Amino acid sequence: MSEIIPHLETQNLNAYYGSTQALEDVSIVIPRNQITMIIGPSGCGKTTLLKCLNRFIELEENARIEGKVLLDGENIYSPSVDVTEVRKKSGLLAQRPYPLPMSIFDNVAYGIRIHRLHSRGQLHQAVQHYLQVAGLWEEVKDRLHAPASQLSIGQQQRLCLARGLAVEPEIILGDEPTSALDPISAQHIEKRLIELKQRYTIVLVSHILRQARRLADYVIFMYMGRVVEAGPAHQVFNNPQHERTRAYLSGEF
Amino acid sequence: MPASHRSKLDRWVQRGFWIFSALPTLLALLILAALWIKSQPILLSHPLKTLLFGSAWKPQKGEFGFLPFISGTIWVTVVALVIAVPICILTALYLSEYTSARTQRLIKPLLDLLAAIPSVVYGVWGVLIIVPWVQNSLAPLLGRWGSILPILTTTNPTGYSVLAGGIVLAVMIAPFIVSIAYEVLQTIPFGLRQASLALGATRWQTIKYAVIPKASTGIFASIVLGCSRALGETMAVLMVVGNVPQIPRSIFDAAYPLPALIANNYGEMMSIPLYDAALMTASLLLLGMVLVLNIFSILALRHVLREKT
Ligand SMILES: Nc1ncnc2c1ncn2[C@@H]1O[C@H](COP(=O)(O)OP(=O)(O)OP(=O)(O)O)[C@@H](O)[C@H]1O
Ligand SMILES: [Mg+2]
Repeated sequence: MSEIIPHLETQNLNAYYGSTQALEDVSIVIPRNQITMIIGPSGCGKTTLLKCLNRFIELEENARIEGKVLLDGENIYSPSVDVTEVRKKSGLLAQRPYPLPMSIFDNVAYGIRIHRLHSRGQLHQAVQHYLQVAGLWEEVKDRLHAPASQLSIGQQQRLCLARGLAVEPEIILGDEPTSALDPISAQHIEKRLIELKQRYTIVLVSHILRQARRLADYVIFMYMGRVVEAGPAHQVFNNPQHERTRAYLSGEF
Repeated sequence: MPASHRSKLDRWVQRGFWIFSALPTLLALLILAALWIKSQPILLSHPLKTLLFGSAWKPQKGEFGFLPFISGTIWVTVVALVIAVPICILTALYLSEYTSARTQRLIKPLLDLLAAIPSVVYGVWGVLIIVPWVQNSLAPLLGRWGSILPILTTTNPTGYSVLAGGIVLAVMIAPFIVSIAYEVLQTIPFGLRQASLALGATRWQTIKYAVIPKASTGIFASIVLGCSRALGETMAVLMVVGNVPQIPRSIFDAAYPLPALIANNYGEMMSIPLYDAALMTASLLLLGMVLVLNIFSILALRHVLREKT
């Protein structure tokens, strides 16, 4: 079995909402250039864990965390780290797409502009490139300056993917990014994600076991705020080490 | 219950609701008609042009030029908006985007409380505090630029002025504008802010490029609503604005807005011929201004909405 090269890593991570603990002593590694899937029953802390990876947890009014999240070995919560830099390094696909109130073009250009990644002359080319990578270019090339809200939900989700890729992240985070989509659009997104893992580290939360089996290279199974089992997909799916994982995979809860 | 009976009942209920919802509209039309009829004596005997654009107000001589009152209304309203709008929008943004939910829960009822203070109280505060402040501090301070900016000229030695009226009015409409703009901002989904933040945008960039454009229609509506209130506000303005029937040239000049004219004179001086008709015309004008504002704002809102979706 090949050696795991960690890209992201959490060490003894605890997360609390007020007095309720949502994550308990979570220590995981997330391998580079693979699709890592976080699975587990509802309320087990999958979203919370994902939010810890790009410091979105700080946006929750009453949340508090302890422990470390290392990105390439550097703690993203250390006081000297700029939160916008952390977030720039990871693109986020939310459960449902939120296009910014501007045109299709400007949505993709948004991150490029705020981080000054390309000169004005290269902007159009860059936007086209990321729309192509997200598999949306052909559908929108004739109406780039139409409001993004005119797109279908499935197209909007691909727009959000293009928008996220345009800031040149290293990591793509997705919290059930296909759950609000129709099957065809969901397939579109899945296909893109598989292509993208050549160049990005991808972390997805999923409720759908079949989707996890299709996409995952590495699996993290959570239960009640704890990580029960983590490992390469074939190992966790075919030969789970823990009784609870086995029960979950066989659909007992 | 048999189906036919049920559908009959449903029809009656529907009719009932229709009548109830039509009632306010009907009432407004009735008021408009009454004002129109009561204004006829003056509208028939004076050309509309001299009524609207004449500046001579000599009821005893039968001269009724409404321009001083119309311009007084506009001056005071504009000054109030210029003072209130930027501060209010920033306050609403700060409240909605930068403070904790707990602070918001604390401040929101306070705003509603401010909005409920009777206007006479604001008037008294204006007379006791604002008028002297304008007279003793603001006029000497800003008046120095009068030679460059004519709207700052000080020829009126009292503090009773457009500026005093505008300040009092600004304070009065502020809770409304803040409150509505805040509510509008609260309707913007958190996911939209997250979408921008996830791209590494700062909080301010997120507000500027995601939140404000999304909320602009509603924020605009909050300003229009504040403006409508400002146009019609009577008591507090009347107490501090000086009530001199002249066309103001500077924010330190006295003014005489339409509502003040109506409130000050109705029931008095009715022996003067055409005077009551003139006051009715003033009401009609005021109503007309509010209507024009609202129609304009509806059109503008529609335009903005169409552009966005
Ligand atoms: N903002 C919040 N305030 C308080 N408690 C919260 C908050 N968000 C989540 N929780 C609690 O934290 C725990 C973990 O929630 P989380 O959203 O991470 O679960 P999840 O695994 O993503 O669930 P699902 O599969 O339903 O999305 C739950 O018990 C939840 O009730
Ligand atoms: Mg979740």
